[in-house]
Amino acid sequence: MELRSILATDCGSTTTKAILIEKIAGEYRLAFRGEAPTTVEAPFEDVTKGVLNAVMEVEELAGRKLIDGDNIMTPRKGDEGVDIYISTSSAGGGLQMMVAGVVKGMTGESAQRAALGAGSIVMDVLASNDGRKPHEKIERIRQLRPDMILLSGGIDGGTTKHVVELAEILAAANPKPRLGTSYKLPVIYAGNKNAADKIKDTLGEITDLDITENIRPVLERENLKPSRDKIHDLFMEHVMQQAPGYKKLMSWTDAPIMPTPGAVGALIEMVAEKENISVVGVDIGGATTDIFSVFQKQFNRTVSANLGMSYSICNVLAEAGLKNVLRWVPFDIDEKELTNRIGNKMIRPTTVPQSMEELVIEQAIAREALRLSFIQHKSFAVNLKGVQKERTISDAFEQSESGESLVDMMDLDLLVGSGGVLSHAPRREQSARMLIDSFLPEGITQLAVDSIFMMPQLGVMANIQKEEIAEDARMAAIEVFEKDCLIRLGSCLAPVGQYKVGATVLITELTLSNGETQTHVLKSGDIFRIKIPYEPVKAKLTPGKGMNIGAGKNEVIETTIYGGVVGIIFDGRGRPLEISSDPKTRISNLTNWSKAVNEYPNLNPNSES
Amino acid sequence: MAHAYTPGLKVLHETKINKERRLPLKGTVVVENGTTVQPDDIVAKTDLPGNVQMVNVANQLNIDADDVNDAMTVKVGSEVRKDDMIAETKGLFGMFKSNVTAPVDGTIEIISDTTGQVVIREAPIPVEIDAYMSGRIKEVIPEEGVVIESEGVFIQGIFGIGGESRGDLAVIVKDREEEITEELITSKLAGKIVVGGSFISLKAYKKAIQMKVAGVVVGGFNYFDLEDILGYTLGVAITGSEDLVTSLILTEGYGKIRMGSQTFDLLKEHHGKFTSVNGATQIRAGVIRPEIVIPLSGDELKGDHKDAYASEGIQAGSLVRVIRAPYFGRMGKVVDLPSELRKMESETMVRVAIIEIDGENIEIPRANLEMVETD
Repeated sequence: MELRSILATDCGSTTTKAILIEKIAGEYRLAFRGEAPTTVEAPFEDVTKGVLNAVMEVEELAGRKLIDGDNIMTPRKGDEGVDIYISTSSAGGGLQMMVAGVVKGMTGESAQRAALGAGSIVMDVLASNDGRKPHEKIERIRQLRPDMILLSGGIDGGTTKHVVELAEILAAANPKPRLGTSYKLPVIYAGNKNAADKIKDTLGEITDLDITENIRPVLERENLKPSRDKIHDLFMEHVMQQAPGYKKLMSWTDAPIMPTPGAVGALIEMVAEKENISVVGVDIGGATTDIFSVFQKQFNRTVSANLGMSYSICNVLAEAGLKNVLRWVPFDIDEKELTNRIGNKMIRPTTVPQSMEELVIEQAIAREALRLSFIQHKSFAVNLKGVQKERTISDAFEQSESGESLVDMMDLDLLVGSGGVLSHAPRREQSARMLIDSFLPEGITQLAVDSIFMMPQLGVMANIQKEEIAEDARMAAIEVFEKDCLIRLGSCLAPVGQYKVGATVLITELTLSNGETQTHVLKSGDIFRIKIPYEPVKAKLTPGKGMNIGAGKNEVIETTIYGGVVGIIFDGRGRPLEISSDPKTRISNLTNWSKAVNEYPNLNPNSES
Repeated sequence: MAHAYTPGLKVLHETKINKERRLPLKGTVVVENGTTVQPDDIVAKTDLPGNVQMVNVANQLNIDADDVNDAMTVKVGSEVRKDDMIAETKGLFGMFKSNVTAPVDGTIEIISDTTGQVVIREAPIPVEIDAYMSGRIKEVIPEEGVVIESEGVFIQGIFGIGGESRGDLAVIVKDREEEITEELITSKLAGKIVVGGSFISLKAYKKAIQMKVAGVVVGGFNYFDLEDILGYTLGVAITGSEDLVTSLILTEGYGKIRMGSQTFDLLKEHHGKFTSVNGATQIRAGVIRPEIVIPLSGDELKGDHKDAYASEGIQAGSLVRVIRAPYFGRMGKVVDLPSELRKMESETMVRVAIIEIDGENIEIPRANLEMVETD
């Protein structure tokens, strides 16, 4: 069957978004979109109402019938209906899990990776060596009431004692699921296969136990997929069944409903694989910040559960510290008044910045939320710990060890931002600066934002398993991602090395598509922007003495780079970026950096706000 | 298109108030439908499962986990007292025995021959739920709780700390601008719900705690002073379980902001009446705001009810409050609701409302307005 029209929704905790993708002149494009408030909570308590409202907007814009009575019309008949309908969901707080492993840094971490990769929020990681006494663990399990528990531990054939001990702790806590009282808590066992029978004896009766392949069959290898798939199955079978209206929604969709972050992860994984590139994706929301990365073909996702721009904005302030937020603010402000303002945003989370000063403060906080989330991500996205590596002579010099971060900023090709503060910043220059300042890309990095947060829907599309439509759906996901989903901001060129004041750190010779040539010299401490649209530009990059722009110290690179709606940003401020602690110098530097990229042209620090 | 404004906080002089009082686990409801209850009356009770203690018998006796069952002197289900022997080795010819005793009173729940652990569960913990406000039992939810109905004043705050509290209402300031100072808090206010104007300082609030004031209702408080009270930085607005003598309810927000006139006048009107308050706040999906409930009796009711839980949309003529800088805390009437997007000073494109504040028409993003829902 040839797919010609695809309807996809994402049911978020506040808004349900619908998109219609159609094949026009041989290529898949986003045709229309609509949105409506999510209707999971009282007084509606039926998610499908919000879905129908959002689809109705699309229907009106498309000028053709998509809904028949209370149903989405699939398959398409002539000009009515769509070929397939799919959906993601994060309504009702998403999927909340607790994971357990014997050693926190080994099976505990593998279990956490599986749960996060499947799109869940990990509420806690229990481990035999987490320093808590059994009764403290029991109290914690009872308190948290997760949707699901993933229990792992031990390599196949290893000792069974510790993982059975964890099962006994779970049994003693006798945990109850978060939603509904009519079903038993789903528990997935993905540990030492020799312990499976004992785990069954311990947990079989009081929980809804499911046994799958060991997450860490041998120390050297993780086997996350079976657990991730099982989490998705149970999410559909149990958790979603409890949420109001989901039974009906599930009967409508042509592919299983995926948790929103799980779908985004699937898409990023696919893009990295197809283009053979390293990618970092970030979604900064009101309550949480999700970071996805693919480095060395390994996918990782982290959720910073309390780093967000509204509900948890005060937590960003608490974790980053007022000083770190203020270092991004190019004017003087009363510190106590600032904390009250941020507090008021927390208790009135849906407000928007009206004055320029408010916008600058909000974007300063976003930089810190992103920076802290990325620190968490870097410490989680690591090589497997506990693995004995075979060493060569060169390794012996590098002293590489297990557990080192996979995140290498020099290796990063594409950085994609999404979430209100990045996607809807009044100027794209602001989004680019926020991404650069918080992630500090090195070498050559393309920057982009997700225009309307379509990544979840495209992720489900890319993940459709039905054979007859899988290929078309994957193609549609990729085409729409490239043409409609991403807004290409441009590229950041940031040489790294020992910076000397006033020294040249990079000379760039560009040949544009019209044949025009340009030469740009970047000095240490400077930042500037060249306006070039999203098109291939031939570039010869000559790093300054001792500098590295991607190929190693002093190595010249000839390559193709891309501009975008912002252009090419040359960042000679150094890595790590140091901001002066002297308020005068800081404000002067920040103002100059802003001017260089036209970030806040209308900022008048003395205006009444 | 989604409504882009924050639903208003209720300030209702007379309404039907329904309160669900639910047990954390199934238990017994001790009142019947139609019963009249007072705030302190118990309406339902249950027992929470006791805490669990784990004893590693195999380690303590230095035996294999497989042998633990043989060494046990009690069985699964046996009740034990603290220091009772629960396991013993056979020893050598009946000599050199070693044993394990129970660390707490409880019941043996699990004996594991894989790990050698024994699980002892302590006695259940009784939990009782009271009525919180005076009223009538409208519905009994079997084994789970009740719904209590009452009529009276219902006011929502924007943020609070501390859970449920109650006492006589005492308005201690002259007008809605006046701050609650340390001097205004006296021992006479013990057990009362105190109402102030624009602000309470940390010092004054601490004095209220010292004087055992039951609750404080006021316009604003400093965000950074919360840490001093709570012992931690409040990162997300989820409160209610703090163990505080004096619940605090803010009607406007953080900083010095005069209390809304409707709120202040209504509280003043009921000075001296018995009032129930709850500071519990949850700002997430399924939002919970702190509340002030003043149940009124038959002759105090005028009979012009408004539904406490219905919400109206914003429209021309609506009374609104600005909830973000600039103009934060100011109130005005909606003059017009232009449908096209307008550019703000921040260059954000938003839907706006034109508001008349002190005779001047001002453009404010609709998202930065809150309905003042009065009756």
